[in-house]
Amino acid sequence: MSQSRKILARHVGRELLEPGELVEAPVDLVLANDITAPLAIEVFEKLGRENVFDRDKVVLVLDHFTPNRDIASAEQCAFIRRFAHKYGVNHFYDAGEVGIEHVLLPEEGLIKPGNLVVGADSHTCTYGALGAFATGMGSTDIGAAMATGKAWFRAPEAINVNVSGKPRRWVGGKDLILFLIGKLGVDGATYRSLEFSGDGISRISVDGRLSAANMAVEAGAKNGLFPVDGLTVEYLREAGVTAEPALSEPDDYGYALEVDIDLDGIEPQVALPHLPSNSVGVSESPNVKLDQVVIGSCTNGRMEDMRLAAEIMRGKHVAPGLRLIIIPGSPRIYRRSMDEGLFEVFLETGAIISPPTCGPCLGGHMGILASGEKALSTTNRNFAGRMGHRHSEVYLSGPAVAAASAITGTITDPGEIV
Amino acid sequence: MSGAVMEGKAHKLGDHVNTDMIISATYLVTIDPVELGSHLLESHDPEFVAKMSPGDVLVGGVNFGSGSSREHAPVAIKGAGISCVIASSFARIFYRNAINVGLPILESAEASEAIADGDDIKVDLAVGTIEDMTNGKKVSFPAYPEFMQRLIDEGGLINYLLKQDA
Repeated sequence: MSQSRKILARHVGRELLEPGELVEAPVDLVLANDITAPLAIEVFEKLGRENVFDRDKVVLVLDHFTPNRDIASAEQCAFIRRFAHKYGVNHFYDAGEVGIEHVLLPEEGLIKPGNLVVGADSHTCTYGALGAFATGMGSTDIGAAMATGKAWFRAPEAINVNVSGKPRRWVGGKDLILFLIGKLGVDGATYRSLEFSGDGISRISVDGRLSAANMAVEAGAKNGLFPVDGLTVEYLREAGVTAEPALSEPDDYGYALEVDIDLDGIEPQVALPHLPSNSVGVSESPNVKLDQVVIGSCTNGRMEDMRLAAEIMRGKHVAPGLRLIIIPGSPRIYRRSMDEGLFEVFLETGAIISPPTCGPCLGGHMGILASGEKALSTTNRNFAGRMGHRHSEVYLSGPAVAAASAITGTITDPGEIV
Repeated sequence: MSGAVMEGKAHKLGDHVNTDMIISATYLVTIDPVELGSHLLESHDPEFVAKMSPGDVLVGGVNFGSGSSREHAPVAIKGAGISCVIASSFARIFYRNAINVGLPILESAEASEAIADGDDIKVDLAVGTIEDMTNGKKVSFPAYPEFMQRLIDEGGLINYLLKQDA
């Protein structure tokens, strides 16, 4: 069986689960945020339950339009706050405890290998980097899951992504996933699991794997999944979770597709407007003048991203007129960046340092684009109008290309300026 | 909404219609269907809502509803008065969400290709036909299983579940 179906099978007490089977499974964690929770809560309340299914297994994070953007978003947060207090939701992240949900939950030790996690956010698939089966759903499914602790699933076929080789300098998990989505297309993995295997994975950090699994949904996948190795175990130990390495075995039902990726052959990637699948090597990227660079988000707001950006920007200054917005993804990353002296580098460079928020990624706030403006961003979507005006453009990359490009003002290979 | 026959004009969209295009994230500060509907497809065409009429049909290519998990997308489509969505294929989360909120969605590459923008469309959910009254083409699709038709008639998963409890 695929690793994803194994997890699903274990949750329903089955030895075997064939692709396409429908199962109702108990879940280990149910997540919603400030834009999806209000609808989920409405659904929950219609069901008329006295309690959430488990006060320790419902997670609410106010991360999208916070610190409150306007009166309407403040009202939504107040509504969720009342709900969290009324039902005694233990993992409710508000005010100074807010981090970007998919950066925060792994750090908080809420994700364990083998878990089945559902969230009212499409990037819930991020947790597959830690060996969990995690997938996004809508508010109705999540509201029902908050009440019942269950959700229905169609057991997915898997795509095996065999990763070999050694990444060259400035290439990481984001480049791996942009390259892969370029090969598969934005619907190439629809309904399927993207399962990563091969010895190349050991050379991708856990932060990099979180970036890669985060964007599985951008190929249409139901989930992304990495094996649990020594690096995962070490990451989890820091988060207070004890785990054992678990090697993956091939799917005896066969894979829907097998893809080989040799990391040696990949240069830093850039996805051109307006689809994440429009990825090219940075050397082939057009020479566009950038108005804004964003380094952050649930894709690339982690410690490795902050360190890489600082390493490239140290002693340099952003291009004249360019707005560089850096968003550490959680309170812990914010503090650690400060303690390591990275904020000093960022501020000397001329960057704006934002509190943890999804903010500009989805065109929410904290860095909206005007008509005709162009941004390079370490986020996960470059749809038309995603970050602001319908006639603005978003290019996607990893943190190294983003940092180098903020210095030159055009899309730049980090190797050219370091 | 019951009665399985729907008639309206087709609004043809391309491939990969994403949920940001259906309803911009900036409007996700309400769960009111009518208010969400008033911004339907605004980033695609700011005049879209002014141009459409209740009962009209959205017609997409492949991967309709890709991107964010926002259930506000099918809610906005319903809230604006669109009667159903026809597309060659749908993204996974959108498909689930549309069924859960009681928005009829029909997967048919044949229909998607046959229909031109502005054509008059008649859809019969019970029989399982999409008819383009403008060019006379008629396409069949497998009718929904009974439970799913009831779920859509009840206006979504929750009403359906509550009715079962009662």
